[in-house]
Amino acid sequence: MSALEVRDLHKSFGGLRVTRAVTLDAEPGERRLIIGPNGAGKTTLFNLITGELKPDSGSIRLFGRELTRVPSRRRAHLGLARTYQIITLFPGETLLHNVMLSLLGLSALRWNSFRRLSRQAVLIEAGRRALERVGLQHMAERPLADTAYGERRRVEIAMGLAQNPKVLLLDEPFAGLSIDERRDVQGLLASIPRDVTIVMIEHDMDVALEFAERITVLHFGEVVVEGSRAEVVAHPRTREIYLGE
Amino acid sequence: MKRLALLLALALLASLPLWIGNSYYINVATQVLLYAVFALGLNVIVGWAGLVSLGHAGLFGIAAYAGAILINAGHGHFLSIVGALSVTLGVAALFAVLALRGTGLGFVMITVALGQIVWGVAYRWISLTNGDNGVSITSRPAPFGLSLADADGFYWATLVVFLVAVLTIAVFAGSPFGASLRGTRDQPRRMNTLGYNVWLIRFLAFLLSGLWSGVAGLLFLYYNQFISPQAVALTASAEVLLMVIAGGTATLLGPIAGALIVVVIKNVASTYVERWNFVLGAIFVAIVILMPEGLVPGSVRLWRRWVSRRGPRLGEPAPVAAAQPGNGQ
Amino acid sequence: MNLWLLAANSIAFGGLLFLLSSGFALIFGLMRIPNLTHGSLFMLGAYFGVSLIAWGVGFWPAALAGGLGVAVLGGLIERLLLRRLPGAELAQVLVTLGLSFMIADLCLMQWGGDPISIETPDALKGASRVAGVAFPTYRLGVIVIAVAFAAALWLMLERTRLGAMIRAGVDDPVMARAVGIRVPLLFTIVFCLGSGLAGFAGVIGGPILSVYPGLDQDMLPLALVVVILGGSGSLLGSFVGSFVVGLLYNFGQALVPEFAYVVLFLPMLVVLVVRPAGLFGRSSQ
Repeated sequence: MSALEVRDLHKSFGGLRVTRAVTLDAEPGERRLIIGPNGAGKTTLFNLITGELKPDSGSIRLFGRELTRVPSRRRAHLGLARTYQIITLFPGETLLHNVMLSLLGLSALRWNSFRRLSRQAVLIEAGRRALERVGLQHMAERPLADTAYGERRRVEIAMGLAQNPKVLLLDEPFAGLSIDERRDVQGLLASIPRDVTIVMIEHDMDVALEFAERITVLHFGEVVVEGSRAEVVAHPRTREIYLGE
Repeated sequence: MKRLALLLALALLASLPLWIGNSYYINVATQVLLYAVFALGLNVIVGWAGLVSLGHAGLFGIAAYAGAILINAGHGHFLSIVGALSVTLGVAALFAVLALRGTGLGFVMITVALGQIVWGVAYRWISLTNGDNGVSITSRPAPFGLSLADADGFYWATLVVFLVAVLTIAVFAGSPFGASLRGTRDQPRRMNTLGYNVWLIRFLAFLLSGLWSGVAGLLFLYYNQFISPQAVALTASAEVLLMVIAGGTATLLGPIAGALIVVVIKNVASTYVERWNFVLGAIFVAIVILMPEGLVPGSVRLWRRWVSRRGPRLGEPAPVAAAQPGNGQ
Repeated sequence: MNLWLLAANSIAFGGLLFLLSSGFALIFGLMRIPNLTHGSLFMLGAYFGVSLIAWGVGFWPAALAGGLGVAVLGGLIERLLLRRLPGAELAQVLVTLGLSFMIADLCLMQWGGDPISIETPDALKGASRVAGVAFPTYRLGVIVIAVAFAAALWLMLERTRLGAMIRAGVDDPVMARAVGIRVPLLFTIVFCLGSGLAGFAGVIGGPILSVYPGLDQDMLPLALVVVILGGSGSLLGSFVGSFVVGLLYNFGQALVPEFAYVVLFLPMLVVLVVRPAGLFGRSSQ
């Protein structure tokens, strides 16, 4: 069965159709890239998958489990994680605290009002390891406000990975990064084991193409091309819509 | 260093009636403590949940009125207190369900409406609340046979309640749930996709803040041995909000300092300046415009810069009054 | 109680409420802030009227001057205080709250604690017979004034450039700025206009309500209910809402005095909870 299956998904805002009959199948362990010009509906698709937006019709399945009636917060518990295009971290907190919030979301501990968070050794250790995965363990105690943009992008990814997801949605993880930073993140993504299926939205073609195994091209909310990397790159429609611009 | 300061403060507070002879000032101290409890409770929802309420005087007042009515009906103090707090919790739950339909400005407006309804009931349902004339009670509780009738005794009782409040709220703040709550303040949308039940977290926080507002209301009732609709008016909600904002929402000390500032000015100013409300309003305006993060964080910032040492922080939110509208979901 | 008289009084009160709330609705609709100073501005206008009349000014000139005075104050408030907090709606609301305390106390200092009544202008003294029933002429006059102002405001909004700019600002402030509408100036104008209406209404209301400390706290919640029910930024909503609230309030006080406030605030609460945009207005959040 697919890790993530989207069938015939539709979404309109008033008269504006932002998602039309989108169908997508990501196999377990796959590295899927979603590309398309601005306004193609890529982030909207992510919002629909996570449940932040309700689709008008269509279905979304996570490892066969129908998600339509499942609220966003439960989808996290079922193994779905996502990062955001615009950095949405917790500004007043340290990097460690940020990642710990990610871990806490899936733990029953989050309801506990009596224990001291600062004494939860297991959680803190897991947080440090999550930061280590993105190479930021030396900055664990640093407030987020004192970090650079590239570092925050990595924290975003750390947050997603900390949830130990089965399917990870990455929304433009390379946005605004320098060449070196991009290389770091590329390496980081390559090191993610195959028990995590990754679906990525990206604009930066060089970097993204290296990563992708299969590519879905969106235009005006619908899937116009889909296939392996080679197929999509060679497809005339792709060039016409996107690569040619 | 911090522990020493805390012990010193505790010693000072505990011995206060011994070195302040005048019962007027002891009473002022009692007021500071009871309003500090109120402000600490409100801060849970305003400072840590990021939801501004202008209706908490309604919960404060319901506890006081319920207590007064139960006491006058002949029930003992213990039962009346338990009853009053239960009623307050129930009403807080109702308030929360309604108010959480909105966020940002919508939340504020709904709390205003709710507070006004309580005020309207207190003012008009004369057969229940005696309207403008208020309700009096004739006695204070006597726990373990100790009399609280005089200023000293009541001060110590209030101090005990205050310390319990500070302790429990401090534990709450440092707990995983406290961290979750502050998370929903900063990034509600993300918290949702991280697996948190944002609505339920806010609901529970509201209940906690309502409970402490109720406790403060009962302290107020016992302090004055009287309750009137004045305590439930919009100005009352505004005053406690001012305490929270003036002191700063990020720390535990903030609301306490805010309560101190407001109560002292209210009592002292009224002897020198005819009009307390004018001063209250002016301070409100000045703080919102000039020091949106509150007096305590501002001062703490300066202190730290002077001492050049960074201590552990509870996490600094964006200033409450400058928070973006439509922040939540 | 004579139901007709109650109804007529309610409608007159509704007219007064419209004068008060239309300003509130405009400010709320355009600037997205519930102006909690509005009640005090109403009261301040009334007190201005009291003083002007005591100095020999006629009733109608005093009403206009009172409105003008309050309009100027409103302009100062917007320009000097609110404009320092652009976009921070919550902060602006808190500032208006603080200002309401300040104005109320200043009034107390200046005019004392006793209620002062404003005498009904000579031209409208006495009673008139309408459909065989006697109504106080002044109250009928208030209804006429309210309708006249409603018409004037409607004309201004629908037919003038200023009105078009206001409507644009209410609909989409970002877009309005983008097409070159000077939104900050518009804010000041609307705040002046809204405040002026409130001040004017205060004097007009004088013969009916008198002027007393606490008038602001009595009137503000009513304006709040009107605008929530009628929808922010909707003139029609304020118009209808004012009369609905006038009726609810007066009938409530007469028939179920113990629950008069509940009768008033419950519909507002229901609307807030169920339909945040009000019965008429556009979504404000």
